[in-house]
Amino acid sequence: MPNVITVSGLSKTYATGHTALNNVSLDIRRGEIFALLGPNGAGKTTLISIVCGLVKPTAGTVTVSGFDIVSQYRETRSRIGLVPQELTAEAFESVFATVSFSRGLFGKKPDPAYVEKVIRSLSLWEKRDSRIMTLSGGMKRRVLIAKALAHEPEVLFLDEPSAGVDVELRRDMWRLVRELRDSGVTIILTTHYLEEAEEMADRVGVINRGELILVEEKAALMKTLGKKKLSVELSAPLATIPARLAPFNLTLSDGGGCLTYTYATTPDGAEGRDHGIADVLEALAAEGIAFRDLHTQQSSLEDIFVSLVRRS
Amino acid sequence: MNLQAIRAIYTYEMNRTRRTIGQSIVSPVLSTSLYFVVFGSAIGSRMSEVGGVPYGAFIVPGLMMLTLLTQSISNAAFAIYFPRFTGTIYELLSAPVSPFEIVAGYVGAAATKSVLLGLIILATAALFVPMEVRHPFWMLTFLVLTAVTFSLFGFIIGIWADGFERLQLIPMLVITPLTFLGGTFYSLEMLPPVWRTITLFNPVVYLVAGFRWSFFGTSDVRVEVSAAMTLAFLIACLLIVRWMFRTGYRLKS
Repeated sequence: MPNVITVSGLSKTYATGHTALNNVSLDIRRGEIFALLGPNGAGKTTLISIVCGLVKPTAGTVTVSGFDIVSQYRETRSRIGLVPQELTAEAFESVFATVSFSRGLFGKKPDPAYVEKVIRSLSLWEKRDSRIMTLSGGMKRRVLIAKALAHEPEVLFLDEPSAGVDVELRRDMWRLVRELRDSGVTIILTTHYLEEAEEMADRVGVINRGELILVEEKAALMKTLGKKKLSVELSAPLATIPARLAPFNLTLSDGGGCLTYTYATTPDGAEGRDHGIADVLEALAAEGIAFRDLHTQQSSLEDIFVSLVRRS
Repeated sequence: MNLQAIRAIYTYEMNRTRRTIGQSIVSPVLSTSLYFVVFGSAIGSRMSEVGGVPYGAFIVPGLMMLTLLTQSISNAAFAIYFPRFTGTIYELLSAPVSPFEIVAGYVGAAATKSVLLGLIILATAALFVPMEVRHPFWMLTFLVLTAVTFSLFGFIIGIWADGFERLQLIPMLVITPLTFLGGTFYSLEMLPPVWRTITLFNPVVYLVAGFRWSFFGTSDVRVEVSAAMTLAFLIACLLIVRWMFRTGYRLKS
């Protein structure tokens, strides 16, 4: 897939001396959903703000569809839609008027039919004549998305789209984002809800203290760094782990009532010396250890993320 | 040139005017009319003519200028300050628009509104005293030039201000006194010689004088000087705005 955005050696040091981005390079592929993960203050918003033209880079370049964001800003900005993190909208305007305004601002001819389509797709049609200040937080978020989509952008930035949004709207938004991706729009979202990245993203980038510490296909990331955990609830508590079970590196918890076995998701996984679950269960049977229940659990992106950020 | 963007900003601003018609049109027209009724009709009827012009008519150009200046500044300043204050400025800064297009939209709308206000005040005044405009073309030219210049000045204040208080500071503490002392209600000839000289350092004097000339054909200062001063101030404002956008002053970090 060709790249739609190319970020090269991007750095930003604010007037206060704070370095928000340090030599970040990143390619975004056309048509993908890219999740930028990082703790608060990691530089996610700064990166987005530079690409959109809100912040001036200290060093480095960014191109969008091959156009430079500084010297060819008209070309790049007309291709980008931005949904900011803060719920900022013209309080006294109606929904329809503000979405139409955005379309004009980005250089498109008025097209009430298209504006209607966008507003309907966000379930805002009933509210089209309402003043924005009378809407709930979730509705305002939808208005901001509608504004960002009003000029038919190729690339959509969603900065923390789920901040302060209820479960229903989050599901709605995920559906919308998928539909947009299917229609060919490239989507870059920042989030610290790892669930969101896990659910949505094709690729994940992790940013911490202004540095991009990892960019990976989500599936590959889950595979290499993901671990599975088998918990066995024993019928009778054990005082110690029998010698025969030693090679499995089991841990005993819950007052001896639960045995936990951690293993890579692939047989030739990270450690390279994992045994299958079957081996563990066989060994348990051979030792005559009875169990009531067992369950497995896969490590989430959250666990991966926390371990990555700690390491960096 | 992103004409759609200019149109969008201009329409948005004019809609804002329509939405707040009481505050943006009715209130300035009413307060100016009060000045006119009190100073022009009530007191003015007991005053002698100024340079062959009845006092009631004499103050009309000055009152129009007073409104033009204060309204142009406050309207343009608020138009750009409010999005900065609420954060909606992000959209303007991320849009494919040049500084010229942003200024054209905001300043164009603010100036339009001021010109409308000026004409409404003139029409209102004509109900009380017979008004004639000797040089209608120059009257409109001065009206538009002054409206644009002071809308630009207001735009600068709106970008410079970092609080609502500062937004009011320049109009209240600088523009209003300069206008009152700039010959709105009197001719410079009524002043003692010393004050007449000091007054010539007040730029508003030239605006009022030139504008008054377009009505009555007489003026305290030469009309060419008035026109040159207005243009000089316009160019100064344009240069400041250009510098603000070049450096991203208070707009981009």
